[in-house]
Amino acid sequence: MGDRDLALAAHLMRRAGFGASRGELETLAARPYEDVVGDLLRPERFPEVEEDLVDRYYGWDSFHGPPARWIYRMVNTRRPLQEKMSLFWHHVFATAFFKSEHVASLNRQLQMFQRVGMSDMRTILLELSRDPAMIYWLDNNENVSGEPNENYGRELLELFSMGAGNYTEDDVKMAARAFTGWTFAQPIPLYPHGHYDARFEYRPEEHDDSVKTFLGETGRFDGGDIIDIIVRQPATAAFIARHLYNFFVADEPQVPAWPIEPPRDPEAIRILVGAYLDSDGDMRTVLNAMFTSDFFKEAQFRRVKSPAELVTGVLNLVETHRTPEPGIGVYQAAVTAMGQELLNPPTVEGWHTGKEWIDGGALSERVNFAVNEVGDGSKPGIQAIVRRVSESGSELSPEEFMSVCLSLVGPLTVGDETRAALMAYAESQGPLRFHTEADEEASARRIVRMVQLIVSSMEYQFA
Amino acid sequence: MAQNGHNGKDPALVIVQLSGGNDFMNTLIPYTSAVYHDSRPVVGIPADKVLPMDDQLGWHPSAAALKEMFDDGSVAVAQGIGYPNSSRSHFRAMDIWHTCEPVEVGTEGWLGRATREIDPGGENVLTAVNFGRGLPRALAVPGVPVTSVGDLENYGLMTGIGDDDQRREALDVFKQMYAPAVGTGPVMDYLARTGLDVLKGADELKKAPAMYESDVEYGDNAIAQSLRDAARVHLAGLGSRILYTSHGGYDTHANEVPTHPQLLSDLSGAISDFFADLRAHDAADNVVMLVFTEFGRRIKDNASGTDHGTGGGAFIIGDPVRGGLYSEYPSLDPSRWANGEDLEHTIDFRGVYGTLLEQWMGIDPTEIVGGHFEQILPFANGS
Repeated sequence: MGDRDLALAAHLMRRAGFGASRGELETLAARPYEDVVGDLLRPERFPEVEEDLVDRYYGWDSFHGPPARWIYRMVNTRRPLQEKMSLFWHHVFATAFFKSEHVASLNRQLQMFQRVGMSDMRTILLELSRDPAMIYWLDNNENVSGEPNENYGRELLELFSMGAGNYTEDDVKMAARAFTGWTFAQPIPLYPHGHYDARFEYRPEEHDDSVKTFLGETGRFDGGDIIDIIVRQPATAAFIARHLYNFFVADEPQVPAWPIEPPRDPEAIRILVGAYLDSDGDMRTVLNAMFTSDFFKEAQFRRVKSPAELVTGVLNLVETHRTPEPGIGVYQAAVTAMGQELLNPPTVEGWHTGKEWIDGGALSERVNFAVNEVGDGSKPGIQAIVRRVSESGSELSPEEFMSVCLSLVGPLTVGDETRAALMAYAESQGPLRFHTEADEEASARRIVRMVQLIVSSMEYQFA
Repeated sequence: MAQNGHNGKDPALVIVQLSGGNDFMNTLIPYTSAVYHDSRPVVGIPADKVLPMDDQLGWHPSAAALKEMFDDGSVAVAQGIGYPNSSRSHFRAMDIWHTCEPVEVGTEGWLGRATREIDPGGENVLTAVNFGRGLPRALAVPGVPVTSVGDLENYGLMTGIGDDDQRREALDVFKQMYAPAVGTGPVMDYLARTGLDVLKGADELKKAPAMYESDVEYGDNAIAQSLRDAARVHLAGLGSRILYTSHGGYDTHANEVPTHPQLLSDLSGAISDFFADLRAHDAADNVVMLVFTEFGRRIKDNASGTDHGTGGGAFIIGDPVRGGLYSEYPSLDPSRWANGEDLEHTIDFRGVYGTLLEQWMGIDPTEIVGGHFEQILPFANGS
């Protein structure tokens, strides 16, 4: 197993998961890469997170419960890609707490993403269209025969499947009419019973059963027929491919610019579109094509980490919160302070990603969070790093000291400025020695400081 | 544009956000109205407890410090502030106040836009400063540097490193790592500039606590400490023009009787101390404060507290202010209740923002608030 295998395994786990401990990465790097991808694509081979145990520690009742639990799942799941795809769909089908203030239905939506997020596009859009949180978010409960509300029909086309410029205003109207009568049963009142969710309800008396022409096809369409037509469109394949590329491979411009700016890597999009069309929109097929491609393997550190990725990545580095314990809410608050309030995105367009994650306040939060987390030498992951450095020799040159730390934190590739700055720190106190107990203590402190400096670097902001 | 009496100094605007929906009817109380007392058997303040302003309105007894400032003529009340079809969701309503977009969902904050007008090149990273964690959307505009200070004593990077020498060493390494490099691309360039901006802001901000001396003793509560931080930054003369902070806990659905008076008492005391502090340093003549909340509360109480309503009130405070009542107190006549249960708004909040931007800050508000809205004239030398 070489450093390249390790770097590739780390890259895969940052993208298809939420990072992994060094020990886990070494196990993964020793296996054929395609097998590791195969396991990621088959979450059912691995046990679920034990919700019963989580229930005893983390509540449901307030808004802060479910996002904190989700962070726990991200860090501890043995089905990391299933959880990452849930985050992906949450980015694309952005539904926010602020309108409904109904956390139980949002949580139900999240569970739906976990359940069907890696199935096929038809199943996913059908479930989405029947999801109470989405129905309320985009007013489809007010979409009735004779008085259509176009909100859901429009966003389904513009933001959830085909992208602007690939359909007409008439298509929007027809789609809206097809989804009339798709609503939800009134939940039990929010106060004091807020943790009961709503459920989908189809009301034939509110449905517009007339003949409709949609994207050139004509029939007595209902919502399911509309989705059947949408998922066959090459525009849908291209739109979802670009979303996947932006989320898993490298930062693209924001969605509203897509009709104008061409993709960063048109050949990559072509490959993903091909996989989508050949498999009738099967997500596992598309994801497999992506993760095994050269364009994916070559895209290390080409995306700015989202706050959720940064926080969960650090937690996987320090290896804490492996079982439920108080304090997970701190991490939800950290993700929020960095600009990503989970389950409460700012608009239906979702979060702006890439460099737009970064402003002065967010960068301070990111740097201080990571520096503080890794600064505690008693955390298991940090203890492991210190142990591994000390096992690599009884005396390390400054160059070796820096390199082995960069490797253990990532392996992280850094630019000349960062390398020179870290090297200056490494040299400031000479070689790293482990001859005596006093040496060991001093060296442990230097290793912790080196790791703190590494996680504060620009390069660490990238996935 | 009007030029106000701030002695040639740049005008500064302090914003205090009351989060949760302050009960305006229990802040400035229509204490002689039978409708008020009938509607609020539980949370209503008895007429003999109210601090009267005139024969119709009076201050909540816990807002005595605010009343005193009003009597001194430095508090303007924008009565009945709101907007059409007021949202009852905290999040959405606060977003609307932050972005001035009541119909579409907006992402750019009005004060972020104002910051861009004041400092188009982003020269001073302290032009706008938030006191609190995270950035309120009101201050967020892509590309506009804004500083957010959780803890002024301990602001900046690497704050978890306790030892001063070691922290300085770590910051030196950070500075080298974020040095501008050639050929690394626009994202890296942006990240490097942002990192160095944070360092620069922190270097400047740490002067503030060091320079500060005052005889004013602020209360031991969150809003008092936040406003003390704002005073220290203002007094340090770092070029800050917009200072923002929030005071939470106003969502008084239940147990309003014990909770709301404490909030008003903390808030009024903090504001009073803030201005006393500025006056003691001869630094109050270029500061105006806006106190706002995302909505008022329902006219009728729910036997424990009050639910989300509309038409609230905002306060414009400061020595340059011509104190008094502006706009109209919403009618209590049940036939004029909005939605049959709410105070009708009588002035659009965007007009009050426009008032502050145009008449105080000297900035054209049209683009910032999204149109022309009726303004009030709360400044002594106003046009």
